[in-house]
Amino acid sequence: MDKVCPTIEEAIADIEDGMAVMIGGFGGSGAPIELIHALVDRYKKTGSPGSLTVINNNAGNGKIGIAAMIDAGMVAKMVCSFPRSSDPRAFTDRYLAGKIGLELVPQGTLAERIRAGGAGIPAFYTPSTYGTQLSEGKPIAEFDGRHYVQERWLKADVALIKAELADRRGNLTYRKAARNFSPLMATAAKVTIVQARKVVEPGGIEPEHVITPGIFVNRIVEVADAKQEEALLREGADT
Amino acid sequence: MTAKLTNAQIAWRAAQDLPDGYVNLGIGFPEMIAKFKPEGRDVIYHTENGVLDFGESPPAGEEDWDLINAGKKAITLNPGAAFFHHADSFAMVRGGHLDVAVLGAYEVAENGDLANWSTGPGSVPAVGGAMDLVHGAKQIWVVTDHVTKKGEPKLLKECRLPLTGVGCVTTVYTSLAVIDIVDKRFVLREKLPSISLDELQAVTGADLVANKVGDLIVPEL
Repeated sequence: MDKVCPTIEEAIADIEDGMAVMIGGFGGSGAPIELIHALVDRYKKTGSPGSLTVINNNAGNGKIGIAAMIDAGMVAKMVCSFPRSSDPRAFTDRYLAGKIGLELVPQGTLAERIRAGGAGIPAFYTPSTYGTQLSEGKPIAEFDGRHYVQERWLKADVALIKAELADRRGNLTYRKAARNFSPLMATAAKVTIVQARKVVEPGGIEPEHVITPGIFVNRIVEVADAKQEEALLREGADT
Repeated sequence: MTAKLTNAQIAWRAAQDLPDGYVNLGIGFPEMIAKFKPEGRDVIYHTENGVLDFGESPPAGEEDWDLINAGKKAITLNPGAAFFHHADSFAMVRGGHLDVAVLGAYEVAENGDLANWSTGPGSVPAVGGAMDLVHGAKQIWVVTDHVTKKGEPKLLKECRLPLTGVGCVTTVYTSLAVIDIVDKRFVLREKLPSISLDELQAVTGADLVANKVGDLIVPEL
């Protein structure tokens, strides 16, 4: 059960056109920049994987990370709660030109839909969006005198996750608030690919400290000196 | 129209009502409330991206960009802080575990409906956590200018813009008044002493119930 992959290129090699890709992170915190850019590089060289559906809280910032995927033209649709940022042009320009799709999902509903997807629960009811445009067409039910909206699970072909520590069997820890959506996404994708700052032997993470158990992880790549998206943006990075 | 409160003064006034408990301050204007928390008030701040009990921003140059709030601003941790994933974060929200959530508004209706996420077609829609936050916290406060930039009422009989939530707002802190929403009516709690009730009513889009009205008095900030 050694899940460590020797190279990042190998880890992402079987991501195909048209796949749904969950990408961990909230803004720059937890964004797996090296995995994303390996995918962008592959697309620029080979023209694949394109027509992706990308699931993330946001829709990219500046010209790196998810914004670079959008700029490269490999994203057909974003599923997110907040497609705005300090520099949202990559998404906004294409969206207003009708060149990229958007499924807007409230942040808590997005998290719960991913959790449900990973937990084998096809639908659930939430009070969020009741009486708003975002509940149009969805089943409504009353429980204990209050109205709730039915939402469906969200699953993906692939999840790209940034972890702090990983052991060879896939147990993960996260750094500070970089955890956010990643533990949920790891459960909801057919293949979960992790970049970890450090890979340790089994037993190198205290069982009580494991946040994502290894059963949810398929491939691990060590990226010791990973870039932080927000730090890069503030340095003025444009690639 | 006579004097009105600045955003800082509106934030100060809302801060005076903070209970001991768990509070989520929306990104932007509501975040300012933390600066004016009264001494000794035991408030623990929640942020959607998975932190409880965070403190002020660190000094410039000491930011850790893995440690941010929902507004993507760098934060610090107080002793006793906790990290958690997004589903737990919104369990705190929808599950009724927050005492207060504070949001901004384009419009508030007298029945408590809130519109704060979309100005209609032609822009990129973004909702973030607002539609979850309005269902769950025990109290939903709004901080806002009393009128739009064009001088039109933001407190209305019915919202015109797309709704964020139905019947959710409990109190509105504006540049002119503090208004509670009780039984689908705007109940005026305080108004600036420099403005008459008639003047206030003239810039409010629904009837104000004014039985027992205090003076809205805030410091120069």
